[in-house]
Amino acid sequence: MQPSPSAATATTLRFNVRPTSRDTRPVNLDLGTINLPVTAYASITHRVTGVLMFFSSFLMLWALDQSLASEASFNAVAAVLSSPLVKVVSWGIASVLTYHALAGIKHLIMDAGIGETMRGGVLGARIVFLLAAAAAALWGVLIW
Amino acid sequence: MVTSVTSFSRTGLSDWLIQRVTSLVLLAYFIVIAYQLLGSVDYTSWRLLFNQTWMKVFTLMAALSLAAHSWIGLWSVFTDYLTERMLGPKGNAIRLLCQLSASLALVGYVIWVIVIIWS
Repeated sequence: MQPSPSAATATTLRFNVRPTSRDTRPVNLDLGTINLPVTAYASITHRVTGVLMFFSSFLMLWALDQSLASEASFNAVAAVLSSPLVKVVSWGIASVLTYHALAGIKHLIMDAGIGETMRGGVLGARIVFLLAAAAAALWGVLIW
Repeated sequence: MVTSVTSFSRTGLSDWLIQRVTSLVLLAYFIVIAYQLLGSVDYTSWRLLFNQTWMKVFTLMAALSLAAHSWIGLWSVFTDYLTERMLGPKGNAIRLLCQLSASLALVGYVIWVIVIIWS
């Protein structure tokens, strides 16, 4: 027996739109057309900085390896780290790490039940962005 | 679409807890490293620091935490964006390939750290 047209449509929607859900309403998640709150930008930045650190861990491990291998390779790493381009990379990694850590601490505070409301979330996200910007400036001063 | 099979601990609840415990280990480790680097560090003091057993154990704990934390974090990102809904019919294959590559890289990171601190 053939399913009725409406059932077929529902099945198609379920499969194409929400594969794990019985909900057949279409979704609009075109991020370019949605006006996002600051909490969303804080969340997306937390994800982006996390992915960036997965890749930068390779560079940090390389630096750790070379710095401990011998005095000559330690000095070679120190020389590489003092070149202008690598200074920018180091500043970027330090700033990205600091943002991720601050956003993570905000998560832990919210896990404790503090600032879970929309107002608290907005305030927390703004504080994280402000502190991260201040930290990035501080890293800049320390590196240059 | 089965996504839990590639998650770190197979359940969201323990992934949630592991993500938080590992974050504290990593935070403590990076504070220690930043404190060292901001002081006047030379090869002798740096080498002496990593010769100590507690620093070797702490570094290995940080490496294991990094692997678990990244696995859970990347799994969350992959299962949100690398899906059939976002990428079409090849979505699941692309996600599994990325998950496999990331997992192998993370195991590699841990082995690399072991070689660095115990060689």
